[in-house]
Order: sequence, then structure tokens, then C-alpha cells
Amino acid sequence: MEHLLVTAPEAPTTALGAGPGFVVQLDAFSGPLDLLLHLLREEQLEIADIPIARIADQFLLAIHELGLNQAADYLDMASRLVRLKAQMLLPRRSEDDGWEDPRAELVRRLLEYQQIREIAVWMGRAAERRAEQFARGYLPPAPEMPPPPLTLDLLELLQAVDRVISAIPFPVLHRVVARPLDVEAATRRIEELLAEREEFGWHEALGLRPTIVDVLSTLLALLELAKRGALRLVQPAAFAPMVIARDPARPAA
Amino acid sequence: MTPLAQLLEAALFSASRPLTVEELSTLDQEATLADVRVALEQIREHYDFEQHGVELLEMAGGYQILTRPVHAAAIERAHFSVRAPKLTAAALETLAVIAYRQPVGRAEIEEIRGVSAGGVLRSLQERGLIEVVGRSEALGRPLLYGTAAMFLELLGLRDLADLPRAEELTIALQPHRAEAEGPEDAAAYVEAES
Repeated sequence: MEHLLVTAPEAPTTALGAGPGFVVQLDAFSGPLDLLLHLLREEQLEIADIPIARIADQFLLAIHELGLNQAADYLDMASRLVRLKAQMLLPRRSEDDGWEDPRAELVRRLLEYQQIREIAVWMGRAAERRAEQFARGYLPPAPEMPPPPLTLDLLELLQAVDRVISAIPFPVLHRVVARPLDVEAATRRIEELLAEREEFGWHEALGLRPTIVDVLSTLLALLELAKRGALRLVQPAAFAPMVIARDPARPAA
Repeated sequence: MTPLAQLLEAALFSASRPLTVEELSTLDQEATLADVRVALEQIREHYDFEQHGVELLEMAGGYQILTRPVHAAAIERAHFSVRAPKLTAAALETLAVIAYRQPVGRAEIEEIRGVSAGGVLRSLQERGLIEVVGRSEALGRPLLYGTAAMFLELLGLRDLADLPRAEELTIALQPHRAEAEGPEDAAAYVEAES
């Protein structure tokens, strides 16, 4: 991720005209257009009439020392400049009305970019002025904003699922087996017990030699009956066995 | 100051963000928007006339009490508060493109700046300065970005109209991608953007 914050005041430093030791610190530029504008300014050249051959050579020289990771944007511009340089070399008739200056597109982009730069400078000054004024109870600049609203359609969602799954080297697959929980039978058993007795313990509700399935079925049946108000679940003390009791408000039928 | 002005002053003092006239009007059932504006003006004049160390500023569609710039250095020296860090040139340029071209997609931002913009866009979005405002109808339905309210707060602007207008800049706005380019140039674009 690129850093938004400037750590030191930046000043594009170049040493033009120092022979082959011509050095440009590319970190100081925010992109190839910035570098191009800088080269034109240094040489006091008009944007509208760029000597392409000269500027292309200087540009190539400047990006020569680039690391590959930051090079892509600069190389793209370099290739355009080289192409323009070739186009400018093509012979043309001076009275040819149909001739279009191949530099026109570059000039348009440079002017447009220059304007953005000007606005950016204006904005930077406005932000600096604003930073001179503190609000009550200064809050540090919010580091975490709420995430941007998630807008996706079904296709994007499915693609995202695909990406997640394909990122797992060895997918762990489980075979899901349906356990025959018998909540109805457990419910009947508890209701029978309730009809006979005022209250009884959890172990009695389970019956003899309960399996894990019996325990789960009984638990679900108890919770369901308690929800309906058919019985009360009482725990006399912490960790004591649960006591199942008839609901006094509703005597067993 | 009138009781309404006192109430508004208390509310503005308690808030850590600009409050709009509409929000302030909810403090008093009987106060109209016009009443609130009059009271705000009274607070502002009071601070100015009595030469308070704070002032009432109109910003991001609302009002906020801020310290006066003249005290910034002393407050910072005493470590009572810290100036918000500066934005990088890349962040400012990207904000500039978005502010003037919104809603605008990443491809257009990258074309204007001549560099890839993914990282900066993400950071600006995380700081709440820009937000996704929709999707383009173009191929791939790319996201479109616009400035968020925090952007106006950061620059201390009332609204986007406070930004310099094209004719105030030394370079007049160029018509965007004016004429159709030659087929070769168009091909170059496709290559560059792909």
C-alpha cells in the first residue's frame, strides 16, 4: 500500500547538465507525467511544442536507474515517447492539411495533469491551513473508518466463494450423517413421568443406559416443554443435578 | 447572547464534528432554521468581537468551534494537540481528480495521473475521504468514486463549490478527451489500460 503521509518535505532534486552523471530522484515524483513536466520546466520548454527526441532521451536516462517494481508506469510513458519520437521523424509535406501532430495527445495529457497538480497544491495548502485549527477534544485522525458499503451481485459472491475454496490446499471434507434424534419419544416419556410425579431428576428422565442420542433427544424435549410452559426446570444449587417439576400454574392433565 | 445562542454554543462545544443547521434546530422545538442561523451569527460575532481564542467556522455543510490558527504553534509545543499529518502529493492529486471528475472510475484517475492508483484509492477510502458512489455502465462495471464529507472537513471547505473554479486556475480546463483519436492511438490506450 502506498503511504499517504509525507515524512519529509519533498523537493525534486535534479542535477541537470552534469554530464553522464545526470541524476533524478524518482521518489520525489508522483509519476511519469510529473517527471516529464519537471524535465520541461528545467529546460524551460513549452508544453505545446515539445522537442520529443530530446525529452524522450532525457526521460529514458532518468528512469535508467529504476527498480523494476516501480518501473511499470514509467516504462509505459517511455515507450510512448519512443514511439512519438519515431513518428516525428517520418517525413511530411509542409502544406499537408491533414497532418495531425502526433504530440497532441501527450500535450493534452500534460496540460490536464498540470492542472490537477495545481489543484492538488491548492488543496494541500487548504488542508495545512485547516490543520492549524483544532477542534475541542482533539481526536486523532480516525484510523479506522467503517468499511465501504459492500455492493456485489450473486455472481461476484460465487466467484469470491470459489477464490476462498481454491486457496485451500487440502480441502477438509466432512461426511455429514443425520443422527436419528427422537425428540417425540423423549417428550412422551417426560410427559408420562410428569403425570405420575410432582418432580423428578434429570437422570430419571434419561432412562436406563442412555446413548448420546438419548441424552440429546431428552435435552431438546425438556427445553421444548419448558418453553411451552409444560414444566419447570429447577436447579437447587450451582452444579446440582437439574430437577424437573410440574408447573404449579398448570397441573398435569 | 440569547438563550438559543447559549444552547447552540453548548451543543457546538460538545460536538467533535461540524453540526448542520438542521441538526442544531432539533435542540429547541420552537427554533426555526432562520432563528438558528441568527443565533449562530451572534455566536460568531461574539467570539470575534470579544477576541476569543476560538472561532465559529462553517465547514462541510455545518458549523464547528475551532481554535484560531495563531495559537496552533503554542498548543503544539505544549503537546496539547497535534496538527493532522500532511497528505502526500499522490494522495492530493488523486483527491483532486476525484473532486473535479466525480463520479470517476479508477481507469480515468490512472490515465490522468499516469500511474496506478489502487493503493492510494484504498488508503483514501480507509481514511473516509472518498467513497464508492456507484458503478459505471462500462465493461466490467468498474466502481465509481466520489469525495466524502470528511474531505470537506480535511480542507476546511463549506462545500465543493469552495474549490477553485476552472477559470480561476492559471491553466484553463481542457475539454475532456476532446476529439476522437486515430485508430492507432486508441489501440495504444487499450494496451496501456489493460
